[in-house]
Order: sequence, then C-alpha cells, then structure tokens
Amino acid sequence: MDGGAAFVDAFFKPALIARYAPEIVSGVGQTILIASTIVLTGLVLGVTLALIRSLRLPIATVMIVIFADVLRAVPPLVFVLLVYFGLPNVGVTLSAFAVLWLVLSLVLAAFVEEIVWAGITSVAKGQWDAARSTGLNFATTLRDVILPQALRLSIPPLTSRTIAITKNTALGSVIGVPEILNQATSAVSFSGNATPLMMGAIAYVVLFLPVVIFGRWVETRFAWRRA
Amino acid sequence: MTTDQPILEVRGLQKQYGRHVALAGIDLKIAAGELVFVIGPSGSGKSTLLRCLNRLEEPDHGQILFEGQDMSGKKNDLNLLRQRVGMVFQAFNLYPHLTALGNVTLAVRKVLRKSREAADAIGLAALRQVGLVEKAGSYPNELSGGQQQRVGIARALALEPKVVLFDEPTSALDPELVRSVLEVMRDLKRAGMTMVVVSHEMKFAREAADRVIFMAEGAIVEQGPPEEIFSHAREPRTRAFLSQVGA
Repeated sequence: MDGGAAFVDAFFKPALIARYAPEIVSGVGQTILIASTIVLTGLVLGVTLALIRSLRLPIATVMIVIFADVLRAVPPLVFVLLVYFGLPNVGVTLSAFAVLWLVLSLVLAAFVEEIVWAGITSVAKGQWDAARSTGLNFATTLRDVILPQALRLSIPPLTSRTIAITKNTALGSVIGVPEILNQATSAVSFSGNATPLMMGAIAYVVLFLPVVIFGRWVETRFAWRRA
Repeated sequence: MTTDQPILEVRGLQKQYGRHVALAGIDLKIAAGELVFVIGPSGSGKSTLLRCLNRLEEPDHGQILFEGQDMSGKKNDLNLLRQRVGMVFQAFNLYPHLTALGNVTLAVRKVLRKSREAADAIGLAALRQVGLVEKAGSYPNELSGGQQQRVGIARALALEPKVVLFDEPTSALDPELVRSVLEVMRDLKRAGMTMVVVSHEMKFAREAADRVIFMAEGAIVEQGPPEEIFSHAREPRTRAFLSQVGA
C-alpha cells in the first residue's frame, strides 16, 4: 500500500464514511440545537446583567463582578465536570444536555456582560447629559440612547466570543451529550480508525465557517459609523 | 423686558467638589425674555451654574425656582423642569445613531408622548427654525459642526422650553461656522426666548445680551448691561479678564 492509499484509509475510508454518516449528522443536529440555545440564553442573560450593573447598586455590582470574573477565569470543562458529577450528590440530577447548556450559557453570559458593560461605559458622558437634559428618564435614556451605541461598539467582540463559546459544545463529549465530537469519538473506538473524527472535523467546518464569515461581515458592517 | 416674577431664580446656590468650591452661594433672577450672558475665567463656576439650573448637576445647597415654584427638592419632578429648561452643549452631544430628525424627536415622543407623526411634524418645524429642515434625514457625522450644533438647538426647542441654557455653544466650532449658530440664537432672542449663555463670544454679548454677569471663583463679581460691563467695569478683576480676552 503506498502512502496516499494509507492516508485515505486512515482518514477517509469510504466504508466507514457510509457507516457513520447518520451518527455524525445526528451529532450536527445536537450541536446546532445546543449551540443555539446557549447563544440565546447567554446573550439575553449577559445583556440583562450589564443593564442591572448600570443601575450601580453596590451589592448587585459586586455579585455581577464576582460572577463574571469567576466564570471567565475557570476553564469551562472544569465547570462542566463539576456540575455534572457534583450536583447529583446534593440531590439535583440534570441531563448531560442541560448541564452543558447551563454551564456554557453562564460562561457566555459572563463574557457578554463584561463586553456590553464596557460598551455602556465607553459611551460619552455627554450622551447621558443630552438625554437627561431633554427630560428622558434613566430607563429611556439607557434603552434609546446608550444601549444602541453600546451594542454597536460591542458587536465585534461579542461575535468572536459567541463563536468561541459555541465551539465549546464539543465539551459535551466528556459527559455524553450526543453532539458531533461525541459521535465521532465513539465511532472511532468502535472502528479503530480516525475517519469518523475527520468527518467530525469537516462537520465543524461546515457548521462554523458560515458563522465565522457572518461574524466578519457583522464586524465590518458595524465598524464604520461612529461619530 | 422684566415682569414681576422671574422665570428662573436661584437662591444661595452652593456646589463643592471635594475641597474645591465651584459655586460659593449664587443668587440670580432671570426675567422672561431676557438674554443673560455669563462670562468669566475657566474654573469660575459658570458651567457648573448652568448645569445646576436644570439640575444636571445637583447643588449642595440653595434653591432653584422655576416660575416661582421650588424645583430643588428631591421629590420634585426633575424631568418636568428639564422639559421647561432646555440645554445646548459645547460638544453638541447629538445621538450618533439617530438622524437629525431622530435626535430632535426622541424626547418629543418619549417625554411629551406624542405619536411618531405628531413628533415628526414638531421636529421638522424645529429643524426649519434653525434652517436645517433639508438635513432631517442626515446623521450627525454627515453634518458640519455648525449644523450639528443647530440640530442640538432644535432638539432643545422641540420641547417648547421656556428657557434655553447654552453651555459654550460655539467654542468647539471653527470660526467660519460660529456665525450660523449665533444667527439662530439671535432669532431666538427676537422671538422672545429666555436664554442663559455661557460663552466667550464677547462681540455677540455686546450686541445681543440684556445683561452680562462676570463670575470668578464661584461667585458673581459684577453684573450689568453689556455696555456698562464691557466699557465701564467697576471691578479690577472684571477689567483684567476683559483685557485678557481682548474685549
């Protein structure tokens, strides 16, 4: 067997591609489902936390800062394992899917909160002055004047961070969520061949490349108008 | 141009930042239709005074009365005071994400609770007043500094305030753009608007102001008609300041 044939046999074995395609496809479905729920929950929760922080209530601020710093400091895998294997000991049993969703949503929320808060504080103070001087109350000022500008400033970092966190859905393989990587690794252990892993890698490319391209488009789209 | 009751009055206004005294007890009455010019060296407290008048800055002591009504209590409707007392800023402070019309109509919709159609009509009228109705759809970064400031004035006018405060409205502008803004202010004066202006446009003060107030170190040093202040100031500090700025 020459080198080329050996390579194909190791990574692109036709029989295995046919055999494991259904599993990988179902893994893609799982990954899409969990990634989209994480993005939705993380963004909503993160923006909400940033808005609460803008009220500048001392206790709430301290709690939010601790939450954001701790979740950003510890590797997500540690939390995934901690929650999945720890919670049952205190009588709370969550499905693997729920654990992955919960942990990654909270991690994303921590980053989103910091990014949006940075956006809010970087809006010029004069914007508050102008809004308040026309009689707008705090909530309206925040919603109609500050937040649109803060979010626009936040979109590039938000996009890249969201992509980074959603890729972490691969951590689900450690606790048995049947997403792409999990399907691929179990197929590898059955077949003794890396072809399913290669299929998984290609599935990630197919899934995330459009997201990365979309992210780049969003970044350029929102980068320009800044008075 | 004086009525019995001042439209805006402050009594014993004091404001301190740490150990720095920004306002050392200001008493001031402003009559309806009056154009009051406040001049003085930087750090004299003139901007702080202006910002206290619509309570963007909270005074430590003293009272602010609008049409005889005390507006300084915590429980007072601040937003009502701010509707009545508009403000124009040195840095324009236009909302960059909204068009000129959007800038002008935001508070009309949210504070006066007008429908979008009604607000647009009011907003276009305000833009027409400052000569910028054709720029209604432009974003701030598409406008010159002078145009931006006139949108800023229109934003204040759209709420039909009784008093407009101008905080150095032309000092961020290139000289050739100053005139258009002063022109609008002159029109407002003719229309009977009450205005308090902090500015270094001494020539404008001389010809348009009813009264000039000279402030230093957080206090009113001297005040009077422009002719008197510019040509016959009594206080040495006033004369020193005026000769420094070349007025």
